[in-house]
Amino acid sequence: MSTETAHTPNYDDAVTKKFLIASVTWGAVGMLVGVICALQLAWWPANLNVPWLTFGRLRPLHTNAVIFAFTGNFIFAAMYYSMQRLLKTRMFNDVLSQVHFWGWQSIIVAAAITLPAGLSQSKEYAELIWPIDIAIAVIWVVMAVNFFGTIAIRKVKHLYVAIWFYMSMVITIAVLHIVNSLVLPASATVSYPVFSGITDALVQWWYGHNAVGFLLTTPILGLMYYFVPKTAGRPVYSYRLSILHFWGLVFLYIWAGPHHILYSSLPDWAQTTGVVFSVMLLAPSWGGMLNGLLTLRGAWDKLRTDPLLKFWVVAITFYGMSTFEGPMMSIRAVNALSHFTDWTIGHVHSGALGWVGMAAFATFYYMVPKLWNNQLYSVKAATLHFWLATIGIVLYVMAMWTAGITQGLMWRELDADGQLQYPNFMDTVLQLIPLYWIRLVGGTMYLVGLLVMAWNLVKTASGVAPKDGPEQVTAAPESLPTPAK
Amino acid sequence: MADSMHRKLIESKGAVMAVLTTVAISIGGLVEIAPLYSEALGPEPMEGIEPLTPLELAGRDIYVREGCYNCHSQMVRPFRDETLRYGEWTRAGEIVYDRPFQMGSRRIGPDLQRVGGKYPDAWHYEHMDDPRATSPGSIMPRYSWLKERQIDPEAVQASMRALQTLGTPYTDEQIADAPAAIQRQGGEIVARLEAGNLSAQPDDQIVALTAYLQQLGVAGRKAIQAQKDAAAALEAGTEIPASVED
Repeated sequence: MSTETAHTPNYDDAVTKKFLIASVTWGAVGMLVGVICALQLAWWPANLNVPWLTFGRLRPLHTNAVIFAFTGNFIFAAMYYSMQRLLKTRMFNDVLSQVHFWGWQSIIVAAAITLPAGLSQSKEYAELIWPIDIAIAVIWVVMAVNFFGTIAIRKVKHLYVAIWFYMSMVITIAVLHIVNSLVLPASATVSYPVFSGITDALVQWWYGHNAVGFLLTTPILGLMYYFVPKTAGRPVYSYRLSILHFWGLVFLYIWAGPHHILYSSLPDWAQTTGVVFSVMLLAPSWGGMLNGLLTLRGAWDKLRTDPLLKFWVVAITFYGMSTFEGPMMSIRAVNALSHFTDWTIGHVHSGALGWVGMAAFATFYYMVPKLWNNQLYSVKAATLHFWLATIGIVLYVMAMWTAGITQGLMWRELDADGQLQYPNFMDTVLQLIPLYWIRLVGGTMYLVGLLVMAWNLVKTASGVAPKDGPEQVTAAPESLPTPAK
Repeated sequence: MADSMHRKLIESKGAVMAVLTTVAISIGGLVEIAPLYSEALGPEPMEGIEPLTPLELAGRDIYVREGCYNCHSQMVRPFRDETLRYGEWTRAGEIVYDRPFQMGSRRIGPDLQRVGGKYPDAWHYEHMDDPRATSPGSIMPRYSWLKERQIDPEAVQASMRALQTLGTPYTDEQIADAPAAIQRQGGEIVARLEAGNLSAQPDDQIVALTAYLQQLGVAGRKAIQAQKDAAAALEAGTEIPASVED
């Protein structure tokens, strides 16, 4: 494990570039739809009385776009980039890489057409109709063949920790997606699930929670193990900790789904099992957070000048915060208040904007100068992006916490006679409108930050001379990340 | 030492790693989900819970299409404030025919699991046309196009056949009769709307959605009441339920 150059001809970086461009592009689209949804909740006329622009149809488009289009393409870009370098080999098969890329983009386009058209299965983050579900399964298998083929032809014996985490995604998402998509079609666009009622709910949230676990968490931890040591020029803090928290996460995560349906008619033992495992998840989650943050020991001085490290520190900190918040919200007493309120929305976004988004930005700022062999065009613009995004997240999350706790308390408030203090549901809605405007401002700042990044990355890729003088952004070390011991 | 064993036995062998990962991620799902298929733990329909009529089924498909679950839950929790606001908490035996389930995850608007019978049909018609007409301050979008579009009885029959295959107890006669049943049930709703000077056709989408909403939680409420009555009778010693004699 000695040296690499940014453009070792042996590696297929063309497909990495495509995934990266797709991620930034779809990210802008998905977040714009999110901003529109936020506006619709603050100001209902923004639904425009047009069927395909109503909140009920756009919100699934927003969630699917940011999860599968923005995050999916980001993970694939980082995975193709890092696994070729870690395994010292080109991808197993270039045709499979291309089929994966174009297949995935076709699925996203199909989603962007069908969801606003009202073609939906109504299962959250699994709304896409059955023909698209089949396409997802096929493309995922294509990617899996390419993934395991690349492992088979690797030039190094040892699989670095990043690869373990990618592998857990490749396997688990396939299992989750196929089981949760088991339906009987009634027509080309309508189908009914083989599961029903409370069983359907359990299968859905087993899927839903682990889509968070194995798409929004483990692959990003995996690429953290590649890009953070690279960016900081430090080896991973603890190899032993990475083993422990890897196996802890993959074993515990899968049990946590029932915390989404507490106090439902799901059997009590299943609810309690979900709660217990959710609380236990704190340990391996924080194992990953600590291993990421402690990898930066001795590199904290770089934080002042290097925007990439700023993004990583905020990303890992938000990971730690939302993986504390999650177990807490799964405790029955807390869940009784938080469930069905905007607290959940705030929780999701501290993970999505804070952890996933910031990790994506750090990775893009690292990869683009390397892939296009140029220096980052503007460090100042990257720093501006950092502050827009960070302040945007804080506004968003604080507004949703306040909205969630406010509404949860108002729902349960009883008067002296034991009757509802706010019997009119509308009273609890109108209270939230100012907070919805603040959320809109926060979300818009985050989107503007992304656009600043897109502009900066286009300038960088097109080889415009760096704006901020000759200073190099990151003293990117040329050694592969290695365990401390 | 454990580290070096992990390195030698697992990290160097991609296949071993893949198998162990698959095992690790399978256990939790199997333990939690599989028991719901056993006779003892799997939910059974409560007394009087029937599959939706063709018109109600068409209405439910509209509910799914418009993404109503994004703002409305169908899951009343067993808390004092929720039973005061919405009614009886939701039982597993009430929702056994729900494909897909519609429990939701966020109440931007109120829970709908017991909304059936709470308002007259005309209220739903006017509310869908413009929510602010019935609920001042509402942030819900207008769904006025539901008045102008019709349901397709053949698509409803195809849906009923698929559900029948999955185990929903629709008879072939019910499926064959679906177009006529839609006219009958839709006609009753239209008659009630016309009494309030609102005009509609039996196969209008707004009529189908109204039919779906108006049955939500009604049969379940009756079944729960019957259970409570039986329990009270047992306690009072006035009647021995059949299940005890068995």
